[in-house]
Amino acid sequence: MRVGKTEVVDTFAEAFGMWGARVIITADTKNWARAAAQSFTGFATSVIRCKCEAAVECEIPETDTPDLRPGISVLLFAMSEEDMSARLVERIGQCVMTCPTTACYNGLEGETTVPVGQRLRFFGDGHQIAKVVGGRRFWRIPIMGGEFLVDDVFGVQPAIGGGNLLMLGKSGRTALRAASGAADAMRDVAGVFLPFPQGVVGSGSKVGSRYKSLIASTNEAYCPTLRGRVKNSALPEGIAAVYEVVVNGLNEEVLCEAMRRGIQAAAERGVDYVSAGNYGGTLGQYKFSLYELLESD
Amino acid sequence: MSTELELIATPEVPVEAECLSPAKLKGLSQSGIENLGMMHGNRKVRVGDFFRVTGNGQTSLRLKGDLSRVKYIGAGMTEGEIRVNGSVGMHLGAGMSGGVIRVSGDASDWVGPEMSGGRIEVMGNAGHMVGSAYRGQSVGIMGGEILIHGNVKNELGSAMRRGLIAVGGEAGDFVGVNMRAGTIVVMGGMGIRPGAGMVRGTIVSFQPVELLPTFSYSCWLRPTFLRFYLCHLGQSGFEIDDAHMGGRYRRYCGDGLEENRGEILVFDSR
Repeated sequence: MRVGKTEVVDTFAEAFGMWGARVIITADTKNWARAAAQSFTGFATSVIRCKCEAAVECEIPETDTPDLRPGISVLLFAMSEEDMSARLVERIGQCVMTCPTTACYNGLEGETTVPVGQRLRFFGDGHQIAKVVGGRRFWRIPIMGGEFLVDDVFGVQPAIGGGNLLMLGKSGRTALRAASGAADAMRDVAGVFLPFPQGVVGSGSKVGSRYKSLIASTNEAYCPTLRGRVKNSALPEGIAAVYEVVVNGLNEEVLCEAMRRGIQAAAERGVDYVSAGNYGGTLGQYKFSLYELLESD
Repeated sequence: MSTELELIATPEVPVEAECLSPAKLKGLSQSGIENLGMMHGNRKVRVGDFFRVTGNGQTSLRLKGDLSRVKYIGAGMTEGEIRVNGSVGMHLGAGMSGGVIRVSGDASDWVGPEMSGGRIEVMGNAGHMVGSAYRGQSVGIMGGEILIHGNVKNELGSAMRRGLIAVGGEAGDFVGVNMRAGTIVVMGGMGIRPGAGMVRGTIVSFQPVELLPTFSYSCWLRPTFLRFYLCHLGQSGFEIDDAHMGGRYRRYCGDGLEENRGEILVFDSR
């Protein structure tokens, strides 16, 4: 199927189930909130090695945050409920509580909750104070800068990770411009996030390796330098670079919308091919057909 | 749909109307409600002797008239809503664990004693012992919210253990006396000896206050948690100034005669 000058390949993106949480970080100034969010989302590109995936969802004006201070919404996904609690405690404890003037709130109402503040409170060494207001319990932890405020529990919900688009270009610059444009368009959808740097992956991987210690290795089918050397190359002639845009979402609806916008944005930038990564449908519970995404537009 | 009860005869002495609670009226017919028993002094009377009842028993109850001699409205309430168009007598919402009571006028003494959940909102003034433990009890309210938009008298939140009490006007002496935990916010002035014997908990005063010598000054701060509370109170109809929302407070810890883990936050207008 062609969209403008771009050929959209008849394939599907394969995604898998994860658990998601939304974390609201506030601070006295936007800069401190951003600093905390940046630290919180560091080294969180892929569950393969980072144990979780996280990125900023959006900035929140001070009129809309729980304590009426500048805020940032961050999404964090992990593979299980237990992982969610551990990752949230680690990252809020090490990256948000350590950042001056911050507070940290649950941003997801859900039936399932995991303990966060009730584990972090022990940092208060017995001087912590619990408060309940409007049915919401949170902890005041005394710190050298004053007090750190954090919700007792955070809501978590089933979510989807690993949605993706592949941008194939006869020029590396064209492919990267398309991937960046797609990432920008996809990031505007509420409830999704792009965990990789600026949303773009330069070294997409496949599952497994010839080396036993590795659970993932380079995706040789899409490596331009290996075309002609490997038998399973998926690259048409002349492709010089492939960039992947990985997207995670709180549900199928937002993920579909983000991928649809991503394809359109890439096509507007004249990339040669838009494709998607999958494992033949054997790994993930979710399949997002690129054709179906465009046809439902 | 709600059940309406209008006071048609003013009691000479207080009526103890523990039956006026949604859970106790739920499912009753109009005549069933009229035949419920109450105590008028030392005499047993029927609801129908004092109230005109309209409708069957619902989880929403509307009361009209000057009920300042009707005690125990909403006692033991677990769910639903009571709206009172007028003033109420003592022991409003005693022991309630859920639901909402809204009073457009004043409330007498002992609002919400032994409360463990739910919400009581009084648009006018209230008397002594709001949200307090009954005499002889070591622990007062265990949860819920009591919001008084006017003034209250002495011993607000005595021995409270959890929950939130907010007063839009002034409070009398001994605010939070023997407090165990929880939060009290008083926006007007308060009388002498706030927090006497408090073990833990938070008392917030928007006005200068004279403290006992057993309270020690900690520091000034702009407490983030208080913003959360004030946002919540703002949504409940209290007028919250920006100055109080983002302003600084002097923190005192005490009572030093107890565990010294309580705190009194006094707004610092400088």
